[in-house]
Amino acid sequence: MSGIIFDIKRFAIHDGPGIRTSIFFKGCPLSCWWCHNPESCALGIQHVDFDFKGSRIIGKKMSSKELLKEIEKDRDFFEESGGGVTFTGGEPLLQSDFLQEVAALLKGADYHLALDTTAYASPQVFSKSVELMDLVLFDIKHMNEAKHFEYTGVSNKPIFKNLEYLIENDKPIHIRFPMIPGFNDDVIHLKLMTDYLKSLKKIERIHLLPYHKIAAGKYEKLGIENKMNGIEEPSENMIQEVKNYFLSRGFDVRIG
Amino acid sequence: MIEVSENVPQNKPKNIWEALQYYWYVHQGVITELNPWDSFNPGRLDQHLMPFYQKALEENLFSTAFMRELLQSFWVKFNNHPSPPKTGVTAKESNTFTDFSLINLGGLKADGSNAVNDMSYLLLDIIEEMRILQPSSMIQLSKKNPDRFIKRALKVVKTGFGQPSIFNTDAIIQELLNQGKNIKDARNGGASGCIETGAFGTEAYILTGYFNLPKILEVTLNNGFDPLTQKQLGPKTGDISSFVNFEILFQAWKTQLNHFVDLKIKGNNIIEAMWAKYMPAPFLSVFIDDCISNGLDYNAGGARYNTSYIQGVGLGSITDSLSALKYWVFEKKELSINDLNVLLKTDFEDAEAFRQKILIETPKYGNDDDRADDLMKDVFESFYQAVNGRPTARGGVFRINLLPTTSHVYFGGLIGALPDGRKAKMPLSEGISPFQGADRNGPTSVIKSASKIDHLRTGGTLLNLKLNPALLEDEVGEEQIKNLIRTYFKLDGHHVQFNVVTAETLKEAKKKPLENRDLIVRVAGYSDYFIELTDELQDEIIRRTEHSDM
Repeated sequence: MSGIIFDIKRFAIHDGPGIRTSIFFKGCPLSCWWCHNPESCALGIQHVDFDFKGSRIIGKKMSSKELLKEIEKDRDFFEESGGGVTFTGGEPLLQSDFLQEVAALLKGADYHLALDTTAYASPQVFSKSVELMDLVLFDIKHMNEAKHFEYTGVSNKPIFKNLEYLIENDKPIHIRFPMIPGFNDDVIHLKLMTDYLKSLKKIERIHLLPYHKIAAGKYEKLGIENKMNGIEEPSENMIQEVKNYFLSRGFDVRIG
Repeated sequence: MIEVSENVPQNKPKNIWEALQYYWYVHQGVITELNPWDSFNPGRLDQHLMPFYQKALEENLFSTAFMRELLQSFWVKFNNHPSPPKTGVTAKESNTFTDFSLINLGGLKADGSNAVNDMSYLLLDIIEEMRILQPSSMIQLSKKNPDRFIKRALKVVKTGFGQPSIFNTDAIIQELLNQGKNIKDARNGGASGCIETGAFGTEAYILTGYFNLPKILEVTLNNGFDPLTQKQLGPKTGDISSFVNFEILFQAWKTQLNHFVDLKIKGNNIIEAMWAKYMPAPFLSVFIDDCISNGLDYNAGGARYNTSYIQGVGLGSITDSLSALKYWVFEKKELSINDLNVLLKTDFEDAEAFRQKILIETPKYGNDDDRADDLMKDVFESFYQAVNGRPTARGGVFRINLLPTTSHVYFGGLIGALPDGRKAKMPLSEGISPFQGADRNGPTSVIKSASKIDHLRTGGTLLNLKLNPALLEDEVGEEQIKNLIRTYFKLDGHHVQFNVVTAETLKEAKKKPLENRDLIVRVAGYSDYFIELTDELQDEIIRRTEHSDM
């Protein structure tokens, strides 16, 4: 089977433990305002004009065997560092059959597997896809369904349902919180979120990902409207405040 | 100091102060005797000083603060002693005034146990505090050395002045064993100069000249004729149109290579015979075993081991150039070899678009791509077979290592455009590092490519990795850089040094994106290729880097 991959990043060191190879799946059901990889949203292969490089093709059809071959190259680094493979995107669950096939192939060769996901998927697809994962990197964007819908284009209900599934099944999770100024960094929301995470009982740490304007240029080149125009990056102080709040609620915090 | 000098160097040093003074007198003696650019150094300094340091603490001879000051003064001594002035070609090949005294820390003791001690850490403090170019410093890292040691060294690396460099003790020992040294001499060895492997105190190992590997290709493509000097320098290995497949071309390159290596060795042996006869070094001979018992001078083969190294230069450039020929001419057949030759002769004038295509699409060394790396292995094997084991005039053998000092720039100036897209007179690739901008898959792929070299059959290789200091800012980055190094060493890599990226570099990269496609910077909790970022973000990172430079 093959899937559409838009990037493979070796020496990824912030997507789970150790040195990892991150596989970027193309296509995403969400349309978050702050998305860092707008080129990953559409499922198909795209042609885009990029400055000095001329036209660039975004997305590549790859078979699971080809992917395995690319991943095998850094096995020595994974073994030395306790690293492995992270599936990210886009949203890997959008190509769940392919994801499951690749995961089975890799698990057969004893790789550590992590899934970086929006968790926006049916319970059937989700539970089957996480089965072989050693770790799930799980984004929480907003607790309020209407707000979530406004800024991401989808409801957060299925997402929380899937999170609860992971908790019930004792799956190791890293909670990641993209801190977006004016959207989810107010104390009322932070309280709602931490209350919820506390109720799950098993969450010890929050990975805080402050909003960054990195992708502004990509929006321009892709000709996509950038809804974040005019919104500034959070200051060091603002980040520290959110961090302190999480700490005060008894969570360990990592930035990045 | 008068009191100290009453005792040393005539007698054994009684304490750490005398030991340091003792060494410095010897250093002065050696460099005065030969007036060479000699890379003479105190070797495994932490091993030598540790007993004196312990004694001073146990017997309350000196305070730690005073001993630190002694070491700092020792550093200043080195720093105030540049190499003798160089002129002509020597100045171009080694365009620096550093004297290449390389302090070795860590590694293994003669009995094979972990040699890292308190003095290793103290000396790392001194290196960090002094922050001067000379003496140069390195750590030897064995699989038996603790992570704490490499992590402390990385903290110094992070400060961004290129020191210490990091060497694989276990590889060095195997290199020395492969060269026929006994295991104790091998464990007491290390690296000196840039990266040159040697058995300290028992070996005369001498660099006898850089060898321009890509130049051989230029001569091959011109049937033995050199466009620069307009002379027939090599044998006639066939007109370019006779290269109907890649194998014939590569064979011709090998024939030219062997011809020039023969020439080089012939010349070297004349020079060595002259040194043996006219340039005795009796003072140095006193310190190197077994010159006295052999009754022979250091320069006449008196040492226990005698090695003459020939340093291969431009491994990345020759690999990429062969790869470009193979890929575009013989596989894709996009142009004939004659057409390509015209592009080279005209320095890609009016063919900029095609040059860009070559730069970007050719399989290149440094990407863990076997299409290029297999060619690199063929080049390595050919060079190794041409040089290794051949006898020298003083009874030793020739061996190879792969380092350029600054000759990759000088050698580049002697070559026209190359098939890899490099324009005429531009620098060649440096050490075993990929050509500037050729590697596109991050540090693990550079390391994988570099580890396909059979390091254990060399006398040292030099790998430069660019590194943004911010990568080392948090524990995660530090831990993974450590793992990167450990993995390279597990794969028998010889040496790695980190080129910590400065704002200057970034500004240059912004102006010349194509030459800096491999530059990685840390953005915000993750890393990315600098040239891929937007203008604004690039400026922001430049500012941030400027800030952290302060």
